[in-house]
Amino acid sequence: MIAQDFKSDQYVKFCPGCGDHAIVNSLQKAMAEIGVPTHQTVVISGIGCSSRIPHYLSTYGFNTIHGRGAAIATGVKTANPELMVWQITGDGDCLAIGGNHFIHSLRRNIDLNIILFNNQIYGLTKGQYSPTSKLGFVSKSSPYGTVERPFRPAELTFGARGTFFSRTLDVDLKTSQACMIAAVKHKGAAVVECLVNCVIFNNGAHGWIADRESRADRTIVLEHGKPMIFGANNDKGLVLDGWNLKVVKIGENGITEKDILVHDAKCEDNTLQQKLAMMEGPDMPIALGVIRDFDMETYDAAVNRQISEVRAKSKIKTFDDLVNNCEKWEI
Amino acid sequence: MNVTELDNVVVRFSGDSGDGMQLTGTLFSNLSAILGNEISTFPDFPAEIRAPQGTLGGVSGFQVHLGSSKVYTPGDIADVLVAMNPAALKVNAKGVKKTGIVVIDTDSFGEKDLEKAGYKTDNPFEELGFSEVTQIIPVPLTTLTKASLADFGMDNKAVVRSKNMFALGVVCWLFNRPIDKAIHFLENKFIKKPDLLKANVKVLTDGYNYGNNLHLNITTFRIEKSSNLPKGTYTSIDGNKATAWGLIAAAEKAGLKLFLGSYPITPASDIMQELASRKDVGVITVQAEDEIAGICTAIGASFAGCLAATSTSGPGLSLKSEAIGLATMAELPLVVIDVQRGGPSTGMPTKTEQTDLSQALYGRSGESPIVVVAASSPADCFYYAYMASKLALEHITPVIFMSDTFLANGSSLWKLPKLAELPDIKPFKAPDSLKNNYNVAKRDAATQIRYWAVPGMEGFEHRNMGLERDAEKGNISTDPQNHQKMVAARAAKIDNVVACIPDVVVEGAQDADLLVVGWGSTKGHLMGAIQRMNSKGHKVALAHFNYINPLPKNTAETLRKYKKVVVCELNTGHFAAFLRSKIEGIHLEQYNKVAGQPFNVTELETVFTALLEK
Repeated sequence: MIAQDFKSDQYVKFCPGCGDHAIVNSLQKAMAEIGVPTHQTVVISGIGCSSRIPHYLSTYGFNTIHGRGAAIATGVKTANPELMVWQITGDGDCLAIGGNHFIHSLRRNIDLNIILFNNQIYGLTKGQYSPTSKLGFVSKSSPYGTVERPFRPAELTFGARGTFFSRTLDVDLKTSQACMIAAVKHKGAAVVECLVNCVIFNNGAHGWIADRESRADRTIVLEHGKPMIFGANNDKGLVLDGWNLKVVKIGENGITEKDILVHDAKCEDNTLQQKLAMMEGPDMPIALGVIRDFDMETYDAAVNRQISEVRAKSKIKTFDDLVNNCEKWEI
Repeated sequence: MNVTELDNVVVRFSGDSGDGMQLTGTLFSNLSAILGNEISTFPDFPAEIRAPQGTLGGVSGFQVHLGSSKVYTPGDIADVLVAMNPAALKVNAKGVKKTGIVVIDTDSFGEKDLEKAGYKTDNPFEELGFSEVTQIIPVPLTTLTKASLADFGMDNKAVVRSKNMFALGVVCWLFNRPIDKAIHFLENKFIKKPDLLKANVKVLTDGYNYGNNLHLNITTFRIEKSSNLPKGTYTSIDGNKATAWGLIAAAEKAGLKLFLGSYPITPASDIMQELASRKDVGVITVQAEDEIAGICTAIGASFAGCLAATSTSGPGLSLKSEAIGLATMAELPLVVIDVQRGGPSTGMPTKTEQTDLSQALYGRSGESPIVVVAASSPADCFYYAYMASKLALEHITPVIFMSDTFLANGSSLWKLPKLAELPDIKPFKAPDSLKNNYNVAKRDAATQIRYWAVPGMEGFEHRNMGLERDAEKGNISTDPQNHQKMVAARAAKIDNVVACIPDVVVEGAQDADLLVVGWGSTKGHLMGAIQRMNSKGHKVALAHFNYINPLPKNTAETLRKYKKVVVCELNTGHFAAFLRSKIEGIHLEQYNKVAGQPFNVTELETVFTALLEK
């Protein structure tokens, strides 16, 4: 299958220059590579710019109401675990109005592929600050700057006992696709945080790493089992310094490749994964790629397993059996 | 010993909320039902799980009406009251006949107990105005229970907790009930706790024998088997369980999986609990993180092809409003169960009301018509939950099913159905002819019902949404004429449901001078009142509604036939206002009560008599 198979006949109406275009393209390519047919694929969204995406895909889609995508997707997946279910959401939809559903879908570990578009702004309602806007951010609804601390999606994911977290940048198509494919392979709720640029209301929010020239030095693309090496010359690495991570240069101060940490995304303990996910510039690179990927039984599988187990043991299988086995008497 | 044959009798068990009165009452009513009596029960308990002992606020009651002929209600006033403490006696003093029998636990009538319940003297009966004809059976329940279990090595708390079984034993004696059947019930209840079973059986038996050996000059009762019940297999069922089973039957009949997404709320939680325990018949339940997620998981399951439902009470229905709007716009089958309670807000969570009707009919943004169905007895919650599911699946629409605390917790006899006897349910699935030519707007031209296609069906991939859709292509549309057309299509779809529901029936005197109109759970009381009036020579009739929206097609014609029409409901007039909006120029009298309690027959009789004289 090719990306074209997953395109609907609808004209994509994102603003010119919006980061969402790139994510839709990455998603269609990832879907083609995964190869689950359109009729077995369901894409659920809430409200917001990114939530229009189901209309641009040729799969089953449901563009629902603000914040409730995770709950609706939970219903779809639990009702029919055979389906591949995606949730498209944004920083407002997912972390403000839908925060409760987001954390509980992670806690339950329902097998959803959650694409979280983080542009740190409410775009569709034309420019109010969001739960991920930086402290002091000036917007239409915060003319003197926000006085609220932002959420960090990774931290929230770990706090809610999420089993998968990955991060990508809109313009980095290769990492986007890799994260999406890994999310599908993961058993459980998989968060793919996409750092996207809102060209109209929050242009350059991720500018520090968006620039292709400096990106290699300011980001590290993590891969399970690979040493944490990054930089334009592949000569920087991460090591532990006490409880903290530190950037070192290979070849300096006697540091060799062997001293560099090897990424373990599959580790149940998320301490180091969280440290990696929390890294911020300018001293540290921003972590991209799959940061946590720990498999465990999914909610949808457990619910349906329990039903099968009870059914296998019970003499009651149908409504008539139920009636025949209740406390009853003849009159 | 005298034995009086009675046609019917009302018994009320009353005590602290931790005294086990609900269990005692349930056992006694089931026992009576097995013996062939008709029953109607009404549990009335505080919201507090264990309110301060011995206080008026902590009194929990369970009333049962037994009869050898048709029993319509749990009864207005008790013939027999079991009062476990002075508070229970005080709360129920007005609810027991002057000529009735009162059983009390004398161990709980000490000075301190009387003080706690706010008595000013040491003679509670005199203080409460009981007459000399009231027969009082004083039983030292606590002492006797302790003696009964002396050899069981149980701790004092567990021993005292068993005194409700002693009381049940005494009542069984009073009504000439063989206790072997009661023991059988206990065996089922304590199947995994043999020690507890032994103790309960011992106390029950001792209670029965105590009564037998009293040699009191007290008349015991016998209520014969009911003669007018159709032959068949029966059980006693409460409204919440009947609702859950209605959904189970509907899903199997429709050939679909049943999915319930819900959040705990009084008095609806039992529906979720019952369905969570029915994995044997394949029910999927999700206890969601909140009311909104409850309905949203159900909407997701409906989108995925299940018979999907969510259960709640008034405050939860408010939270679900936006999502019901989505199901209305997306045109997905969904059953929303509203077990009404006293409101607004937290209100009176364990009390009954019909105050959510307007919310059910109108409580959404935009033009969002919906089907509304109401049950009228604990047992017929089964049938109307089944029919709500049928209408949802055959018309591809959300349906609100209305029950209330009175139906949810009350129980009545139920003739067990077979699945084959129930009406067919044929979900309105998209036909194969629409393959590769399907979109979310495709509907049947005559009925305006949308064709339902679900993930997994190849060639039916589509995008659904809360946004307005183009009537032909199914894509997002803000075209003015198109919206007008779609609003009309969604309304027509609901209006057309009228062809699939029965006419409203007038019961009682067809040439009545007064037509009583009711809906939902008040049927028993209204029926009881008109029968009593007609037996006294009045001419009164009842038109009772289970289908609220759309209304049965003969509604206007029926109501216009009568000179005087009174709409009775446990709210300030929601149904009356709805009828006025649907039947131009109709004049309706109203009788409304919003006290957290059901009607009582005597009160209704007084109201109807006054109306006839007006």
